[in-house]
Amino acid sequence: MFTYYFRLGLRSLRRNMVLTVLTIAAIAVGIGACMTALTVFRAMSGDPIPQKSSQLFAPQIDNWGPDKHNGGAPDRLEPQLSYTDVLGLMKAHAANRQAGMFRARLPLQPGDPKQKPAKVMVRATFTDFFPMFDVPFKFGGPWSASDDESHAAVAVITKEMNDKLFGGANSVGKTIRLGNEPYTVSGVLDDWQLLPRFYDLEVRPFSDGDAVFLPFTHAIEKQMVGIGSTSCNGDVDPGWEGRLRSDCLWLQFWAELRTETDVQNYRAFLNNYAAEQQRLGRFHWPPHTQLRDVKQWLQYRNIVPSEVRILILVSFGFLLVCLMNAMGLMLAKIMGRAGDIGVRRALGASRGAIFLQCLIETGVVGLAGGLFGLLLTALGLWAARSLLSKEFVALAHLDWADTGIAVLLAVSATVLAGLYPTWRAAHVQPAWQLKAQ
Amino acid sequence: MQFRPIISAMRRNKVGAILIAVQMAITLAILCNALFIIEQRMALSKRPTGVDEANVVVLDNQWVGNPPDLIARQQGDLAALRALPGVLDAFATNTVPLSDSGSTEGISLHPDQKTASATAALYFGDEHAIAALGLKLIAGRNFNSDEITDKLGYNDIKPPSAVIITKGLADKLFPNANAVGQSIYDDFSKGQVPIVGVIDRLQVPWVSAGGWGSTFNDNSFIVPFRFVGPYPNLYVMHVQPGQAAAVIQAAPKKLFDISRARVIGKTRPMTVLRTEIYKNDKGLAVILAVVCAALLAVTAFGIVGLTSYWVAQRRRQIGIRRALGATRNAIIQYFQTENLLIAGAGAAIGVALAVSLNLWMVSAFAMERLNTGYALIGAIVVMLLGQAAVLWPAMKAASIPPALATRAA
Repeated sequence: MFTYYFRLGLRSLRRNMVLTVLTIAAIAVGIGACMTALTVFRAMSGDPIPQKSSQLFAPQIDNWGPDKHNGGAPDRLEPQLSYTDVLGLMKAHAANRQAGMFRARLPLQPGDPKQKPAKVMVRATFTDFFPMFDVPFKFGGPWSASDDESHAAVAVITKEMNDKLFGGANSVGKTIRLGNEPYTVSGVLDDWQLLPRFYDLEVRPFSDGDAVFLPFTHAIEKQMVGIGSTSCNGDVDPGWEGRLRSDCLWLQFWAELRTETDVQNYRAFLNNYAAEQQRLGRFHWPPHTQLRDVKQWLQYRNIVPSEVRILILVSFGFLLVCLMNAMGLMLAKIMGRAGDIGVRRALGASRGAIFLQCLIETGVVGLAGGLFGLLLTALGLWAARSLLSKEFVALAHLDWADTGIAVLLAVSATVLAGLYPTWRAAHVQPAWQLKAQ
Repeated sequence: MQFRPIISAMRRNKVGAILIAVQMAITLAILCNALFIIEQRMALSKRPTGVDEANVVVLDNQWVGNPPDLIARQQGDLAALRALPGVLDAFATNTVPLSDSGSTEGISLHPDQKTASATAALYFGDEHAIAALGLKLIAGRNFNSDEITDKLGYNDIKPPSAVIITKGLADKLFPNANAVGQSIYDDFSKGQVPIVGVIDRLQVPWVSAGGWGSTFNDNSFIVPFRFVGPYPNLYVMHVQPGQAAAVIQAAPKKLFDISRARVIGKTRPMTVLRTEIYKNDKGLAVILAVVCAALLAVTAFGIVGLTSYWVAQRRRQIGIRRALGATRNAIIQYFQTENLLIAGAGAAIGVALAVSLNLWMVSAFAMERLNTGYALIGAIVVMLLGQAAVLWPAMKAASIPPALATRAA
């Protein structure tokens, strides 16, 4: 029965080629526009660390006081922490794992003196960074907790960096030079990419990642300067010590909290910490803290640019217009066949049978629209890649999920749009139609 | 033209008419908002920086390690750059417009002010800054060389000895007075700083629509610091017209000849910075324009399709009307009027939809309010589109021979 209806559907589609082509084109264009925007959106708003995103948390502490957050922050919280607070949170050790961090840009001295030094992105952090973010190692491993304590000059480098400097050989124990300092390699990462790089959204989250990792304590001792954003409010004493003592915000901090109880306890701990600071006279306001997991953090920081959101909105409006268009055209087509339907009904076809037949027909239209829509999506992504900046769309590729979404969206939307025409078809009065003939 | 028969005919074809009207309404809503966004983004990307962009080259230099004689090295570099053929002037700074990174400070008029009078972007520069960027000094004077002091990194906190501010900042701080000769207090160093000059324009480094800096785009100030530190510094060179490419080649070579213990990042003319930073704004405008065109085409084809169907449905009635004496024009007019009624209803809903869509985007994306002119233009475009789309089916209807009425059904 199904194949018969399917053949009937194809036959009726062929009967009025212009209307069929217009309908399929309308659906395809709508699906193409929508899927292009949706693919970019999905790529940008994806979960960078799905296995752990609900266990990783970024705390916020108001260290400026309620009336100092000019502009920007309606929740009176800033996205980064001060050195004092990162040190406080690290010392308290209240989470399963924790790491404060910042990014610096340093010159890397080449082994070959004929070559020029190159700039590298360096992340200063703590040893917990690696197990906390499930960072895979190819050779060696993270530096030790005692390296953190002793401000050791050790480094973890990425696979790309290792390929470049050591030709991909096991470089553990070898030395790299950043600025004029030598660092002993303790580990080499395997392929590792977090997109978006949620742990530091102050630097472009879709651009090149960190290439070298160093102990935070060492970086502070060497007075390395962060290259993300630094926001200061209130008095800052001159000199490096003044910067460290200040309430300038320039550090990121992440904590791993495995269970709901851990999260509750950490929330309480943060409030106690702020209350303690108030008691010590550093804060002159009641505790104001916040704790967000990875997904909440990405949402809070508005990681998806407004351009992509505008495109999503416009393209779904476009799809709606295309579907209404298709609905009108299908209505015209089906009602144009009222006579045939009347004859079939008179010959004994039930309403259900007519309904099913028309439904399959619209399904075929939807499927064709979806497949053409996929082609247009590929075209749209290609165009978006050439029109928008690299980091926007470099990661947007059509995967199986996108393909599935496109076809499913096309078929279900078309069938939905076809419901009314189909219903109308099923309610054709056979007697009236036969009389009119 | 009588509306009654048209309306009663439409009532028998409610769904089709409603579909077309709603389609036109959504088309209108998207169209005028998209046009508005396109216009805004294009205007945004055309804002002048105040810098002579075509003839300014920016080089990114970072020293290896933290040599103690940074100031001397920097001055040596700058002297060498100024001596390069084609280079008019050069200076070192922390940031330039269109670079998307920099610092801001709160500017106060009194030492104990609780909230700052204005937020402004901070540029470091010496007496060469104005010439090297090609800025226009409109009041007061340039820095004197004895006003320039050394600033060894961001932690070297001291009040500058003088400041040059933009006209935008001057107008904000002193709406009714001459800014030159007045003093400001910057949030960071807390010192009293005399304003010695006003420049016409120097855009803040951030340009994103509705992003950081968008509310104080013209508020910048230059402080007379020779800025050095263990992080990237920018060398800015003003070159003779047409010499940018040659200088981009020659400058890094010259600097490496002086010392190899450095990393030179990108060396680019300001025009490239502009292209890169506005790429997304332009890309969005192009994409929206394409979507608008496709939207209009889809809506037009939808009208053609449905009207053709109506014509086919009414062949007999049209034949009868023609036999009873209606002219071809009367038939064409019938369909045009019908479409005008539908499009008019669609446009009315569409204008309301456009305005509410815009209001929502104002709150969600910090967009500006839609100019009602756009809604009206959109309404006219959509109605003209309807008339154009209906013409072909209407002419087909008009060509139905009156003799059809005499034939048996």
